Amino acid sequence: MRLWETCEIRLKKAYWTDGLIEVISVANKGDWVRIHSVILTSEQRSTAVPEDTKSVPLEQWTKGYLHADTPLGGEATITTRTGRVVSGTLVDETPHYCHSFGDFVPELQQAGDEAFAFLFGGSKK
Amino acid sequence: MTVDNSFSAVMARKSEIIRAAVGVDYKQFESGSIAFDYEKMMASTGYSLEDVVETQRGFAIGNTPLIELKNITALVRNLSKDGLGARIFIKDEAANPSGSFKVRRAATSIHHAKRMGYPGALSATSGNYGAAVASCCAKSGLKCIVVQECYDSRGVGQPEIIEKARKCEALGAEVVQLTVGPELFYTVLRMLEDTEYFNASLYTAFGIAGIETLGYEVAEQCRAQLGKDPDVVVCTNAGGGNLTGTARGLHKANCYPEIVAASVNLKGLHMASDTQFNKKSFTTGHTGFGMPFSTWPDRSDVPRSAARPLRYMDRYVTVNQGEVFYTTELLARLEGIERGPAGNTSLAAAISLAQELQEDQIVIVQETEYTGAGKHGSAQLSFARQNGIIVSLGDPIDEIAGESIVLPAHPSLLRAVDVDLDHMRRSLITHAATMIDHAPTQADIAFLAEETKASEAFVRETLQRN
Repeated sequence: MRLWETCEIRLKKAYWTDGLIEVISVANKGDWVRIHSVILTSEQRSTAVPEDTKSVPLEQWTKGYLHADTPLGGEATITTRTGRVVSGTLVDETPHYCHSFGDFVPELQQAGDEAFAFLFGGSKK
Repeated sequence: MTVDNSFSAVMARKSEIIRAAVGVDYKQFESGSIAFDYEKMMASTGYSLEDVVETQRGFAIGNTPLIELKNITALVRNLSKDGLGARIFIKDEAANPSGSFKVRRAATSIHHAKRMGYPGALSATSGNYGAAVASCCAKSGLKCIVVQECYDSRGVGQPEIIEKARKCEALGAEVVQLTVGPELFYTVLRMLEDTEYFNASLYTAFGIAGIETLGYEVAEQCRAQLGKDPDVVVCTNAGGGNLTGTARGLHKANCYPEIVAASVNLKGLHMASDTQFNKKSFTTGHTGFGMPFSTWPDRSDVPRSAARPLRYMDRYVTVNQGEVFYTTELLARLEGIERGPAGNTSLAAAISLAQELQEDQIVIVQETEYTGAGKHGSAQLSFARQNGIIVSLGDPIDEIAGESIVLPAHPSLLRAVDVDLDHMRRSLITHAATMIDHAPTQADIAFLAEETKASEAFVRETLQRN
């Protein structure tokens, strides 16, 4: 499975090409994009978080309109929908939703069929 | 002047930021000891129940159907001893504009924010509340920011949360997404300071006052449709607001059913753990919120939470993840109603509880939520499998959160498990005593008795144990 299908959002379009993290595109001024930034480094994080969480940075993703032509992976500034100006690394242009109804889950269908048969009678299959 | 935006500096400014962003000075409710004036805080909104109903009507919120689940009741009676098997009704809160009861919670806040002249509202939530705030902001002409805890450090997002982000964006909100960690609050504080938006916290009196209409409607609809009051009302419990507001609304209608809390059992999973974040298949309605917020409500984004569920709770049960997915399937297959998994936590509990009750008794499940891509049994169970969770049919008692999800192989295997409420009460009382450097006063003891729906003797005895 390609990573982008699991709602992986790091440099999504770069991952599209055989898992290689490389700049393959440039987003233009005014494009709707997604940027990424580190809010707190591991050292800056709260001491109250578990060790596995403390060992990684607190990261943030924000969407908005790009201020200037920028390659994917480059530093970008955007204006968000509410008018905030935010900077970070450009990770996606025209981001779209990739979540779905998932795979077929046979256990759910079987459970539903059997409950139906239990209540209303008839074959379970 | 340069503002220090380091973690410690921003957290140190917490009180003043929240005070400006909520417009409430919480000091006025404090006694200086454990006790504070809860009812004064609840009245401080200045909005009566009638005012809240009126506001919600303006947003097209409420008056959701109360539907009898006749086939699920028949199923329950098939599993029960003769004469047992209460009638189960569900309040179809998914019919609200944002798809869940949470919009009741948002309405009063956003109405107030608009009236007070705030340019927008901000909410920290990965749940249905985001869409609720976005919906009310859209209707009110206010800007809206929703801040979510959404991804683990691999950049893999919970499908349920990503769907909620989509819905927020569909309703016009800006969605800011973060990786796992309670420092989300730090980013929220910074954004509140920068934007001067209203903090549409889940835990203000505005929010809880909004849910009172839900309890009030349940009482009125039961009386109109059935000519009697409900015997049991089951509320999915996470941060405690759902149960608190519903119980308060029932009481305002002079209706006093047994109030049962239900949470998904996620025992063993740490909510702030990066590696465990995507090992769970429920992002709300679970014990990871339900237990800590019940035993210590004042851990939220306001100094004093208006959600104080132990004040109203008569019983607390848990169900496993597999049981809720199974119940979601039952609702679709036996009643023809497809609704989101997490909101069916209370229905899963009700199916078990109804088997203990007489046939003429009434059990109310007081919510449903919308379902959709990402926020669906197949989406969430597929995602669980991708994250190494074993999904099977069997006996849910064998489920281990973070390792397996077991759907009941037969409806008789669906069993709600009681939580020791006295243990939770003692936990709250003991914790409260650690917050002061003197012995609890008589006012504190009376307050703690109210906080835990227990006697003063119980509070004194608990304090003496420590």
